[in-house]
Amino acid sequence: MSKINFLKPDRANLNTFLYLGSFLFLISFLDVFFNSFFNLNLTGFLPNFLSFVLPLVLGFIGLYFIRIEYSGIKRLDLLNKHINTNNFNAVLSLLIIFVIIKSIPPILSWFVVDASFAGDSKDVCTGTGACWTYIKVWMRRFMYGMYPNAEQWRINLSFISLVLLGSVGYFATDKFKKYLTLYYVVIYPLIAFLFIFFFISGGPVFFDFSYGIIAAILSIIIGFFIPGRFKFYYFLIVPLALYIILKYFLFFEEYIELGKLEGLNWVETGAWGGLSLTFIISFFCLIFCFPIGMAFALGRRSGFPLIRYISVGFIEFWRGVPLITVLFMSAVMFPMFLPEDFFIDKLVRAIIAISLFEAAYVAEVIRGGLQALPRGQYEAAKSLGMGYWKMHIFVILPQALKLVIPGIANTFLALVKDTPLIFVVGLLEIVGMLNLAKTNPEWLGFAMEGYVFAAIIFWIICYAMSKYSYNLEQKYKTDR
Amino acid sequence: MNLKLKDIVPQLITVIAVVLIFGFFTYNAQINMENRGIDFGYGFLSQESSFDVQFSLIEYDGSHSYFRAYLVGLLNTILVSVIGIIIATILGVIVGVARLSPNYLINKFAAFYVEFFRNIPLLLQIFFWYFAALRALPLPQDAEAIFGVFFLTIKGLYVPAFIWQNFSIFFYSLVAAVIAIIVIRIHAKKVQENQGKQIPVFFISLGLIFVLPLLSFLIGGVKLSFEVPVLKQLATTSFIYEGGVSLPPELIALTLSLSLYTATFIAECVRAGIQGVGKGQKEAAASIGLTPNQVLKLVIMPQALRIIIPPTTNQYLNLTKNSSLAAAIAYPDLVLVFAGTALMQTGKAIEIVSITMFTYLTLSISISILMNWYNKKIAIQEK
Repeated sequence: MSKINFLKPDRANLNTFLYLGSFLFLISFLDVFFNSFFNLNLTGFLPNFLSFVLPLVLGFIGLYFIRIEYSGIKRLDLLNKHINTNNFNAVLSLLIIFVIIKSIPPILSWFVVDASFAGDSKDVCTGTGACWTYIKVWMRRFMYGMYPNAEQWRINLSFISLVLLGSVGYFATDKFKKYLTLYYVVIYPLIAFLFIFFFISGGPVFFDFSYGIIAAILSIIIGFFIPGRFKFYYFLIVPLALYIILKYFLFFEEYIELGKLEGLNWVETGAWGGLSLTFIISFFCLIFCFPIGMAFALGRRSGFPLIRYISVGFIEFWRGVPLITVLFMSAVMFPMFLPEDFFIDKLVRAIIAISLFEAAYVAEVIRGGLQALPRGQYEAAKSLGMGYWKMHIFVILPQALKLVIPGIANTFLALVKDTPLIFVVGLLEIVGMLNLAKTNPEWLGFAMEGYVFAAIIFWIICYAMSKYSYNLEQKYKTDR
Repeated sequence: MNLKLKDIVPQLITVIAVVLIFGFFTYNAQINMENRGIDFGYGFLSQESSFDVQFSLIEYDGSHSYFRAYLVGLLNTILVSVIGIIIATILGVIVGVARLSPNYLINKFAAFYVEFFRNIPLLLQIFFWYFAALRALPLPQDAEAIFGVFFLTIKGLYVPAFIWQNFSIFFYSLVAAVIAIIVIRIHAKKVQENQGKQIPVFFISLGLIFVLPLLSFLIGGVKLSFEVPVLKQLATTSFIYEGGVSLPPELIALTLSLSLYTATFIAECVRAGIQGVGKGQKEAAASIGLTPNQVLKLVIMPQALRIIIPPTTNQYLNLTKNSSLAAAIAYPDLVLVFAGTALMQTGKAIEIVSITMFTYLTLSISISILMNWYNKKIAIQEK
């Protein structure tokens, strides 16, 4: 056995160093572990400061001993490569391990062990942990706002059917694939709008909703027999025409009265709220801001100077102001700009404001994609005799949009995260409802639970969206 | 002729549409204001505001004008933005570098931080810190001192105040140090370009920035003393701290959430920037015999900064604009003081909202013009 130099661990004494190092590391680990989980201070006999630092020192020495290059043991090499490359990294790794061990028990006890789940009044929440009863009791308010309990199935039904209709793209066979774009760009938003506006609002306009659905279904069925050349114009005109015919010529209001059909109760938008409102607003702003943004992106790169200046002005204006002032504007300033008897619902105003705001960001993102395309693409399209619109729709935009998927996803994420700001116009989505519930005299002092709950929900939504956009990016990635 | 018409018509239609929309809005606004008896004008700015603001950097009370209230709000906004930008940059750079660390744990820890704070709405974070986390702090009488001089209580953070004597001399010495550093830097660059010699600029700068202010203490008669906050009893159960500087909890919650949130984006910018520098650059630099420090300083950083700075500026702008969320927790920033209280009192919706928007617009456009200029300066000159 060769001489051992403790300042220089080497391969010759591999086992000695390995056992010694792992032993020291284990001691330090166990010390922190017992301290944190069982509230036992193994080194309590030492002075305060020393007992605090000891595990760090022991662990550091242990990691130093086992830092042997090319030891031949696969796991050890892997460990050294990943968390133990040098002294500095070893200390950081130890600190992170200790922080994790230290923070698990309090977090666990607050979330699960000491938390109260049962019951439906404040009295059960006596423990030191979270009071999830509060969330349970207020769940409906957080999800649906002030929407009447008896009518909430309407929201559920609308969302479920919209999700189902939205997932059509996954099941479409090749034969119908070519209609998908049309479906998602024109028909689906229309159906969604009908659902949300007529079904969730309810009231006498419920019948408009049914006309809309009938018109949409009829026009899709007839649409299959229309030659491809006219399809675009067909879907532009016919659904609307059918709707008007149905509403004003076939089903008179009296006719419905005769049939003894009763409409759904009217729920004004002021009562909407909670997470469902977050979804509604994000959904509509998402639909609206995309085409507007695209138009301004094209406008900014247009050859007409006046159109270009107007687009630049629009984009820079909305990008330069905070959303909260935009919403302020829509709340207090915008009504001044409208004719006196003309009233726009505040939800609609908020949606318009957020859409215009986000459209400016979308425009900049799309412009980035347009600029990134090589000039040869434009020239090639032009040399084939394509006009401006043909060139953009069939050659430029498909490629540019593919390039900017991450940017657009980021903008949409920002949009979802911006929805809580609608408290400015007096609408309460989930964060607003939390603030309302927090001030309820019966349920004072549970702010933390509410915010943690909302944070988890938002985190899941946003994380899922960002992962989805990543997948989309991978899927449409084309090599150049 | 035909071609000209094709050029003019779309523009003409667009312009007419825009003019019509604006005309429609102005016409309606005029009628509405006439009907409600509101007159348009910015004269109210010089009137007495008669409302109080809780936290202001300049002297202000109800007898000052609305314009003064506007300044108070603007300064508070700038204060929050500047503190937030500083903290966010430091944190963001650390996390961004940590994201590239070969250490698995550090890497994952940084990734967790970024994914966690980035995916939660900022407003929710502000509410969390203000209504949940900071409310759990002790009352003034129960607060324990941090390092003996700081007191973190439910009513805010109390820090010692600096009391200067001959502050101006100290300030001038600092300015002189900065100027000297700039001169030395320019000189060092010239020397390097002409003779290839390297002057240890960093250590000289470090020395200068410490030595010159120190000299001002020793020779210039500058004196610095601290006023430590002291607990004072107002009534049997009511305590406050007197003396020192108090930072209201709104400010703390706002800076904390703004910087934690923005730092995640800056971290991603930094990571993208460092990753954006080709591996070959590093290898080439090492192969001509540069030390690792020189590689980082002379090869990697100049190229990485070129990628990092534009998106980071965007994040600074975002932070400044996001600071307007202060209105939600009643921190008296521009939006709350001016577009909130002043608007309620005067009812001048159009004037006040337009001033507020214009202020933010000026702020962001001036920063972006500055950044565009800087960008052009450091961009690679391609043929």
